Amino acid sequence: MKKNIAININGVEHRAQVEPRLLLVHFLREVAGFTGTHIGCETSLCGACTVLLDGRAVKSCTVLAVQADGRSVTTIEGLAQGNRLHAIQEGFWEEHGLQCGYCTPGMIMCAHDLLERSATPTEQEIRQALDGNLCRCTGYQHIVNSVQAAARKLGKRKATRAVAAD
Amino acid sequence: MPRNGKANGKTNGKGSGHWIGQRFKRKEDPRLIQGISHYADDLRLPGMLHCAFVRSPHAHAVIRSLDTASARSVPGVVAVILAQDLEGVGNVPCAGVLPDLKTPAHPPLARERVRYVGEPVAAVVAEDMYAARDAAELVQVEYDPLPAVVDMEKALAKDADLVHQEFKTNVAYVHPLKNGDIKGAFKRANRIVKERLVNQRLAPVSMEPRGVVAQYLPGERTLTVWSSTQIPHLLKTQISLMLGLPETSVRVVTPEVGGGFGSKLNVYGEEAVVPWLASKLGRPVKWIETRRENMQATIHGRDQIAYLELALKRDGTILGLRARIHADLGAYYQLLTPVIPTLTALLITGCYKIPAVDIEITGVLTNKMATDAYRGAGRPEATYVIERMVDLAARELKMDPVEIRRKNFPKPTEFPYNTSTGVIYDSANYQMSLKRALDLAGYTKLRARQKAGWKQGKYYGIGLSTYVEICGMGPSSAMPAGGWESATVRVEPTGKVTVLTGASPHGQGQETTFAQLVADRFGLRPEDVAVIHGDTAAVPYGIGTFGSRATAVGGTAVYYATEKIKSKMSAIAAHLMGIKPDGLVFGNGKIATKDKKKSVGFGEVVSAAYMARTLPPGMEPGLEATHFFEPSNFTYPFGAHVCSVEVDPETGETKIEKYVAVDDCGNVINPLLVDGQIHGGIVQGLAQALYEEVIYNEDGQLVTGSLMDYALPKAVHQPQFVLDRTVTPSPVNPMGVKGVGEAGTIGSCPAVVNAVCDALSPLGIKHIDMPLKPEKVWRAIQKAQTPPAAGKRSRAQSRARRTA
Ligand code: FES
Ligand code: FES
Repeated sequence: MKKNIAININGVEHRAQVEPRLLLVHFLREVAGFTGTHIGCETSLCGACTVLLDGRAVKSCTVLAVQADGRSVTTIEGLAQGNRLHAIQEGFWEEHGLQCGYCTPGMIMCAHDLLERSATPTEQEIRQALDGNLCRCTGYQHIVNSVQAAARKLGKRKATRAVAAD
Repeated sequence: MPRNGKANGKTNGKGSGHWIGQRFKRKEDPRLIQGISHYADDLRLPGMLHCAFVRSPHAHAVIRSLDTASARSVPGVVAVILAQDLEGVGNVPCAGVLPDLKTPAHPPLARERVRYVGEPVAAVVAEDMYAARDAAELVQVEYDPLPAVVDMEKALAKDADLVHQEFKTNVAYVHPLKNGDIKGAFKRANRIVKERLVNQRLAPVSMEPRGVVAQYLPGERTLTVWSSTQIPHLLKTQISLMLGLPETSVRVVTPEVGGGFGSKLNVYGEEAVVPWLASKLGRPVKWIETRRENMQATIHGRDQIAYLELALKRDGTILGLRARIHADLGAYYQLLTPVIPTLTALLITGCYKIPAVDIEITGVLTNKMATDAYRGAGRPEATYVIERMVDLAARELKMDPVEIRRKNFPKPTEFPYNTSTGVIYDSANYQMSLKRALDLAGYTKLRARQKAGWKQGKYYGIGLSTYVEICGMGPSSAMPAGGWESATVRVEPTGKVTVLTGASPHGQGQETTFAQLVADRFGLRPEDVAVIHGDTAAVPYGIGTFGSRATAVGGTAVYYATEKIKSKMSAIAAHLMGIKPDGLVFGNGKIATKDKKKSVGFGEVVSAAYMARTLPPGMEPGLEATHFFEPSNFTYPFGAHVCSVEVDPETGETKIEKYVAVDDCGNVINPLLVDGQIHGGIVQGLAQALYEEVIYNEDGQLVTGSLMDYALPKAVHQPQFVLDRTVTPSPVNPMGVKGVGEAGTIGSCPAVVNAVCDALSPLGIKHIDMPLKPEKVWRAIQKAQTPPAAGKRSRAQSRARRTA
């Protein structure tokens, strides 16, 4: 029995009739066409499918689309503002935080969650936060550097905003 | 200056020229960090169907019956096919040739018998993926299970069950390599060190599983196959052969490829079945491998058991090496299955002068997935065994592991160095990389701390690995399917440059490094150069990316194609300036005389080539050149890794405290990317040392069938790596580059195991087989732990006491 749902993805509402068993990651990719969210295991073990659900990182292969009904999702496609990359994306680019790029959207969304909670995480905190996200290419060191670079950028941006507001 | 791997953030310099050697940030990244690139699963074609495979749950069984009726009745199912439907479709190819090799037929779908868990027996096609998977579960297959051949050593017994009845044996081949006076070496030896060393089975686990999308257009009579592969051209040829189509009507495209590590250096049955379905059904078909399928039915790596004997003089000089190696090949061959272990033989003397060798490799058939090339492919096995043996010998002779290594290195002046295994190391200075690594690690201090630690019951260990490897694969004479690479360089009428490369990068970043290279040669900016790869309709025939060859072979092809255009442009420029074309220099968008007194714009020369009104008489218009580069030899990167660990005797857990890697991959085009390759490589080797292992139980069931059971390295487990480099250019190519894709993996694994075994030496523990999981280490400690006063005291225990 199909169910009508509406999910706000990257600021735009997407309505569809779906099977109750449809995974959120399949809704994002197959129904709404956001293929930037990748699938590496479908069993909640690799983190490639990480997105933000109401602002918090979740593995979208562990959430049913119907559970996301009426809620909002941010995917990797929703991070950049027009031509301006998000600070975390810039961090990954500058610090060579990716090779094949398959784990990258999940890593970036997970880092987003971390930096929302903690503006200046230590190396160990970063590594811990990324515990559910696997990367087979980088050995993680450049990913850690990327997140640190992003934290510095976000800090600077916040400082400039604060000065501007004064 | 040692680097801790951090980039300075200012990776893009200004101006033109001198791009080689810069930490230039990657051109491929903007699409990847925004999620707007396309991997196979991201492709959508009108009318596309989805395919799922039905796979064997048994390691060895006869297929009694197959019933597809209920699968067909699932709404949305379009077709269910079995082996008999594929009449006329060729077998899965193997390019490896060896004398007396027994090669089993390897059909894309199993006929009559299944021989490993995960072997495909049927394929289902449906309107959507959920329906395809539902129906696949409803295909009813009745099996008569047979005894499974799982243990490769038991498989060698005379009365062993057989994987392939027709061979009457499970031995696929025996490959000997003998050189020098081995008998004399062992006779003259003061000491003979023996050990059995296991390289366990591993799974490559690229984060993107395999995937194939195929579309047949009957009007154009073209079959297009998008596959997550490292070898688009070889795959095109093989698909045309398997399906009996003219090669001119097959096009293979690699979408973005999410890692390969050798696992996608292959031609898989699915790469025949999916295109076949697309042509029969007249609709595009997509198959994306699930992770479970990836663990079961994508090639595995390693899986060798080596029996070694090292003959030494009292002073540590190595006289000879005997090795009997059993290599588990699995049930069928993939592209290079049988030849991978033979690479182990070539590299087994490592970076040491070993005048006599007697090596014998036995390839064994078992009821498991095929082994094949996994990052390092035969070379990590060699490095592991020789580096362990040298350490064991040092311990036996009471020498420092540094000293025994130095004693047996060839001198820098001895290069090119001919090994007794028959390869010629191009260039090296092993002393230099080792010294640098020891200095960076603070070796003397580490040793002092280790001794002090023993007094407090702390188990610190220091592990070394000095490695050399075979890269830049390779001269065609030594390769199963050609070892050259192609490149086309085209300067477009607007002065932008297009590079077409036969290499097929999938994370290595050649879109960037080749752009740096070409920009450097032309005096342009990397932004002006676009690198295209992975489309057989656009790119001249090429070999692909594997064996750390893309830069050393593919890059050199790009270099020569660029040189061809430069000499043509020089001729045009000279003609325009009315001077001789000799010694003109490219830079800052100009082509000028050496003294810079005369010059003509790069763009002006390009226009002349395309307008074709002011060309030197008889010259062809246009600015495009292709080069097929055939290397004269492999390249041989080398390095020294130092790893310091602490082993917790209570838990058996190993903590890596410090990791220093000094690698020499010749000249470097982009240090940032080289660091990335080394980091990733180290972690794969370290993971083999400490946690990864594919396990089949005695029935041949795959125990490690998911990421829950197969322990991939995570961020928390990794230390900060300290990297440095020495630079010894290769004489094999004009850029002096060697290759870096596998170095980290090859170097790191023995360094870690040597460190752990060193830490446990006070307990008299000589060796523990990988992976050094806490439980295994704990058990070894329990077994060895007897209070120093009671029982037999080991040498190291005495040493610990003496220092106490
Ligand atoms: S695909 Fe969701 S965690 Fe792997
Ligand atoms: S960049 Fe390839 S898996 Fe992380």
